[in-house]
Amino acid sequence: MSFLTISALRKSFGANTVVKEFDLGVQKGEFISLLGPSGCGKTTVLRMVAGFETPSAGRIHIDGQDVTALRPNQRNIGMVFQAYALFPNLSVAENVAFGLRAARVPKPQIAARVAEMLELIGLPDLGGRYPFQLSGGQQQRIALARALAVQPRVLLLDEPLSALDAKIRVSLRTEIREIQRRLGITTIFVTHDQEEALSMSDRVVVMNGGIAEQVGAPFEIYNQPATRFVAGFVGTLNTLQATVADAQTGTLSLDGQHVRLGRALKVPAGSAVSVALRPEAVRLGRAEGLDVVLKARIDEVNFLGSVIRIRADMGVGKVSLDTFNRADAPPPPVGSEAEVSFAARDAIVLDH
Amino acid sequence: MTAMTEAGTAAGLRESAPQPRAGVPARGRWDWLGAVPFLAFVIIFMLAPVSYLIIGAFQTPKGAFTLGNIADLASPNIAASYWLSIRLSLASALIGTVTGLMLAWAVVLGGLPGWVRSAVTTFSGVASNFAGVPLAFAFIATLGRIGLVTVILRKVFHINLYATGFSLFSFWGLALTYLYFQMPLMLLVITPALEGLKREWEEAAASLGASRLQYWRFVGAPVLAPSVLGCFLLLFANAFGTLATVIALTGSNFSVVPILLFQQIRGNVLYNPNLGYALAVGMIAIMIVTNTAYLVLRTRAERWQK
Amino acid sequence: MTRRFPILPTLIVLAGAAYFLVPLYAAFQFSLQMKRGELSFEAYRSVFESSTFLSTLTFSTVASAAAIFFGAVLVVPTAYWVRLKLPKLRPVVEFLSLLPLIIPPVVLVFGHIRLFGSNSILPLTMSSWGTNILLVIGYVVLSMPYMFRAVDNGMASIDIATLTEAAESLGASRLRTIIDVIFPNVRSAIVSGAFLTFSISLGEFVLASLLNRPAFGPYMVQLGQDYAYQPAALAIMSFALTWILMALMQMAATRKPGQRLFRPSRSLAASKSQ
Ligand SMILES: Nc1ncnc2c1ncn2[C@@H]1O[C@H](COP(=O)(O)OP(=O)(O)O)[C@@H](O)[C@H]1O
Ligand SMILES: [Mg+2]
Repeated sequence: MSFLTISALRKSFGANTVVKEFDLGVQKGEFISLLGPSGCGKTTVLRMVAGFETPSAGRIHIDGQDVTALRPNQRNIGMVFQAYALFPNLSVAENVAFGLRAARVPKPQIAARVAEMLELIGLPDLGGRYPFQLSGGQQQRIALARALAVQPRVLLLDEPLSALDAKIRVSLRTEIREIQRRLGITTIFVTHDQEEALSMSDRVVVMNGGIAEQVGAPFEIYNQPATRFVAGFVGTLNTLQATVADAQTGTLSLDGQHVRLGRALKVPAGSAVSVALRPEAVRLGRAEGLDVVLKARIDEVNFLGSVIRIRADMGVGKVSLDTFNRADAPPPPVGSEAEVSFAARDAIVLDH
Repeated sequence: MTAMTEAGTAAGLRESAPQPRAGVPARGRWDWLGAVPFLAFVIIFMLAPVSYLIIGAFQTPKGAFTLGNIADLASPNIAASYWLSIRLSLASALIGTVTGLMLAWAVVLGGLPGWVRSAVTTFSGVASNFAGVPLAFAFIATLGRIGLVTVILRKVFHINLYATGFSLFSFWGLALTYLYFQMPLMLLVITPALEGLKREWEEAAASLGASRLQYWRFVGAPVLAPSVLGCFLLLFANAFGTLATVIALTGSNFSVVPILLFQQIRGNVLYNPNLGYALAVGMIAIMIVTNTAYLVLRTRAERWQK
Repeated sequence: MTRRFPILPTLIVLAGAAYFLVPLYAAFQFSLQMKRGELSFEAYRSVFESSTFLSTLTFSTVASAAAIFFGAVLVVPTAYWVRLKLPKLRPVVEFLSLLPLIIPPVVLVFGHIRLFGSNSILPLTMSSWGTNILLVIGYVVLSMPYMFRAVDNGMASIDIATLTEAAESLGASRLRTIIDVIFPNVRSAIVSGAFLTFSISLGEFVLASLLNRPAFGPYMVQLGQDYAYQPAALAIMSFALTWILMALMQMAATRKPGQRLFRPSRSLAASKSQ
């Protein structure tokens, strides 16, 4: 039995249903990300777990207790907001102490807990400052400390890094994950940034239009996307047009060539399918183990420094591929013909 | 009457001056000339007259320095006048602050439909500008001796309002009349502060286990306090300077400070210009203190509302 | 969180509405009772028939219009110039433009009377025209905070400096720039400031009375002392006028450059349904 169970959750605003039949089980101590484009209902799911929105249907259980009807202040859930939401009139220490004060914890205990929390987030000396005197990254860490101070059962974070600079975003990512591991706290993390979701989570829920399209470990989501949407949203995607030559043996016809995937397909022979390829699976020129070789025309060459991103048109579709920069091998000129290769087993077949 | 307090956008203030280009006349040396007409106007028609009064307040009619005029402000009837003005302004500002805050809370945070809020806000824009003589007339028709409400109270409820000691033409009558422009003004200036209360604060408090009451006590009220206090001072200043409404209601029998000064200028009372100057300086001093405090509090509130 | 019906907010709004609407209703009701035993617009008719009403209203309208004109002429170029060339001076100018808020009108006019009286270098109060000018100047001062705010905000919203540079880089002269580029873009801000100035000065009492001008404010006070029903009629008309002026101001303030003040009725109907 999961620690946090969301079953058949639905939410409608008037006629507009923004969360549909959402199911999710979260293990104790697990770090789960809700990943999806803006407006897909991630925040709404999170707010229903926190109790700020009432579900139109479905139930939410935490640790065996049905919390669906509980008010937010009875749920014992920590929440971190995108815009920090620190109380502007209270000092950092008072902010962190807020939940303990509301629960009438004795003063000495509060002081000890606040010091412990500030130590945990690595800002032990900022207790006397006010929020407007802090940087965004510092404010968000204080917000995390404030949420954790009351020892919540579940920690909810709604795009906590989106408002921060790129550098701080990456460092805070690791820091949040580390604190989460150390405390072993069950966490749901909302983001629209696939890199964030993939790098931090135990499991990722990819959402689209209020539906969970796929739930799985980052490796799984990235390499075996269940749907076209997941494949497209998580990572860059190259799609090529192909037809099924033989479903049993998993053979496709791609630009006149037969490509053997080595696994059976569910679609009948003769039907058109899309073949998806990650940029890192495609190589310029031939290489050992890459059994499919196609002719292509170079459309675009973007020099990004250590990496060169090339767009090539193969007739059956366009691909982006990355090569490492090498001082002795300049990239091919735009418009030239080249060969592009990949391994048949790296191809992801998407149904139409 | 209105105070335009919505924060002026500081955008457009460009840090780096553009480089001079060929064909564009050299810039700099004479640019200040462009500000001369405005500065001249301000100096001649605002600063000079006020300075004249301030200097005159410290002079005898013959031109010698004296603190006598200022000291004379403490004479019984002038002191009584100031005291009356201050009490009336305090009462009016206090009622205006409380009622205006309640109304603003109801329309901004009360969960009423959006049209209620736009209707109330639009009406407030008009009512806060509807002051002076016509306002007095409307209240005479309402609460005067034969005003509609007075008559209804007497005929239907058998309450003789004027026998209870109430009079429209006295302290509380004036305070009630001022409320007609004070309450809308409060609503207009406090609305941004109420909007500045972020929903996330309440939610953060709730998720930390706090009750609504605890949220208001520890966060909501303290965050609002500087704004509310600032608006109170603004209302105080607004009431303190009100003159036309009083004259239209009481025909200059109600000797608040502006009326006293009005009569001084008219020469209706014992005419001593230098004492008049001192009266004016006293008024300006009160306006400066309240408005400065208002600005300080507003700055403080804005710091939190970023 | 489940939403209950907002009882307390509803009660508060109803109480507020009663406080604000009863005096208006009472004044209206009262204004209709001039003829004994019947409701009539007699009070309004008698007001409009009075030649003093018309002459004082005309006087105040002209004085207000003059104040708007001079206020705009003073404020618009200054705001423009300061934004463009003297950004360091902007806080000072802004502060000065707000000063009238802390100088009560009665104090201002007192200073004017003393400073521009009989034995001054600029004895404005010694002639009727001089006094009229002083009245207009007074109104310019009283409306300065609002005029400056409106115009300065209008200029802030269009980034005057870049527009000017763009126009000049295309070869326009400074005057052309102001007439063809800047003015059309801040026109609605000026109009908005103008309506506020108008609403401040049209029924203004203190300055007009102490300068002894035959203006509308003092006329209203006199009327209030002499008659019973006409003042109520005046109150209703003033309220209606204030309402119209504020509506016009709002329209001007929210209008985008180039849009006409009055939209064709079709789009007006469309905008209502939003
Ligand atoms: N209170 C609300 N009333 C009406 N619609 C809402 C409300 N909150 C969210 N929505 C709608 O629900 C959809 C999902 O919103 P949200 O959960 O915030 O998306 P996300 O967090 O994934 O960007 C959006 O289309 C949004 O417009
Ligand atoms: Mg969201």
